[in-house]
Amino acid sequence: MIEVQGLTKDYGPKRAVDDLTFTIRPGLVTGFLGPNGSGKSTTMRLILGLDAPTAGTATVAGKHYRDFAAPLHEVGALLEARSVHTGRSAYHHLLALAQTHGIPRSRVDELIDLVGLHDVARKRAGQFSLGMGQRLGIAAALLGDPNIFLLDEPSNGLDPEGIQWIRNLLKGLAAEGRTVFVSSHLMSEMALTADHLIVIGRGRLIADMGVEEFLRQASGKLVRVRTPQAARLRELAAGPDVTVTEEAGALRIAGLSAEQVGDLAAANRIVLHELTPIQVSLEEAFMDLTRESVEFKAAEVAAA
Amino acid sequence: MSAGPVAVSSFPRLKSTGRVSQFRVAVSEWTKLRSLRSTRWSLLVGSLLAVGLPLLFATVISNRWSHLSPHERAHRHPLDVALAGVTIAQLAIGVLGVLVITGEYSTGMIRSTMIAVPRRLPVLWAKAGVYAVVTFALMLPAVLLAFLGSQAILRNHHILQLSFTHPGVPRTVIGGAVYLMLVGVFCLGLGAIVRNTAGGIAVFAAIMFVIPPLLNILPSDWNNAINPYLPSSAGSSIYTLHPDSHSLAPWPGFLLFLGYTALSIGIAAALLVRRDT
Repeated sequence: MIEVQGLTKDYGPKRAVDDLTFTIRPGLVTGFLGPNGSGKSTTMRLILGLDAPTAGTATVAGKHYRDFAAPLHEVGALLEARSVHTGRSAYHHLLALAQTHGIPRSRVDELIDLVGLHDVARKRAGQFSLGMGQRLGIAAALLGDPNIFLLDEPSNGLDPEGIQWIRNLLKGLAAEGRTVFVSSHLMSEMALTADHLIVIGRGRLIADMGVEEFLRQASGKLVRVRTPQAARLRELAAGPDVTVTEEAGALRIAGLSAEQVGDLAAANRIVLHELTPIQVSLEEAFMDLTRESVEFKAAEVAAA
Repeated sequence: MSAGPVAVSSFPRLKSTGRVSQFRVAVSEWTKLRSLRSTRWSLLVGSLLAVGLPLLFATVISNRWSHLSPHERAHRHPLDVALAGVTIAQLAIGVLGVLVITGEYSTGMIRSTMIAVPRRLPVLWAKAGVYAVVTFALMLPAVLLAFLGSQAILRNHHILQLSFTHPGVPRTVIGGAVYLMLVGVFCLGLGAIVRNTAGGIAVFAAIMFVIPPLLNILPSDWNNAINPYLPSSAGSSIYTLHPDSHSLAPWPGFLLFLGYTALSIGIAAALLVRRDT
């Protein structure tokens, strides 16, 4: 369980995280989504006690991270930024971390094998590819066999086989009842992995809902219509939350459901040749959501 | 890679769990220190300088002795020869002291470290403690070897003889190793304050090598009043047999340099718990 309450972080005049409140529950993979620079990494750093919040709190299993007597047994963390000394071997990196908690050497060897770094364990980490570095970071997160995982973009730089492996790993950990909080800027990846989503934009919470609900909500309001009276329908459909675009002789109406468009057409005696609700991809839904947050922010600034 | 990722079903559980302790953090820091090339090189160079330079100087002086004027001969002191390496070895020890901590910041390792030890201070104590033990363990034999070796060379020419049991000699020779150890810890503190390798080394060089000669520009009464209290002068009085009238006596000098070291580590500690990583 990870609980974030009114979490806010300013870096100088810039607000990186803005009044975030959410709870990450065990037994699920919770995706943490947002465009690059939206504050995902900062939020994770705040939860891990690396940075101190300007306001609000973040607790893990009811405690501030800094108060853990054995943090590696509680939380497994993978940061997006490289967090390994480039001059040290993977083996010694993991060993040094393990020794802070008295974790035996055999565990280090075990994890090196598990993540597939056996052949390069004695090589300096500076020579690692992005994918190998990522595997090393995942080994470090698994070292203390924790019940809560915070992973920032874990599939970064991995090959398809590695991505598949991470996906299964995360699902497996959640299935064992552990808490898995994993960030990504790729909605499509989260669609395959996550059960629940926290979406942020510009440091603010945009959505906190199940993946299916998220999809349903997002795709309900995009319709393709074909009609000989396109100009007339366009006029009638116009509204503050509606955008109409034309593509290949059809209208694409965002912001109205198929039912609403059908009713509107019937009421105004407009002939429809096609009325199709469009299943948006998660990626599109995600971009729609975050675009709104950007506009909201801009409007707010203009009003101030 | 021959060993591909293993299926999740075989994810191995950990049997027992322990907690973070100061001793465990020290073991971890020892692993970190010994597993880097920069450590091995710096300590090797530091040791070679501390031993090699005195032996070289002893050889040169012995060979040139017959050409020296009586005045010049009178100004040679066997301990100056034996501890000639300390001044230069402090460069290697100091730079490594800075690197022990700034290397973690430049590579991002510090984040892994702080995630494992979120209370942070045990890391600083462990780094300082381990580095102090390692430098002293290497530099003590180095200065003893330098003293005995240079004396052996000089003895062949029947010049500049000094017994180790002569009053003040053990303190001076061992003081050379103590001084190097303290320089290492002092610089580790500087590195933790500055958090940048180039910056840390620049501050170290400024304090120990640049500021002292700059003060010579000041009127001599000012220079004489300030100079003894500089870290470099206070520190060097530990390994000086008979400090001159403008220097601090050995023990006050030692205590002052110890104070500078404590101050450096103290500021580093205060900043470490407050700053974002």
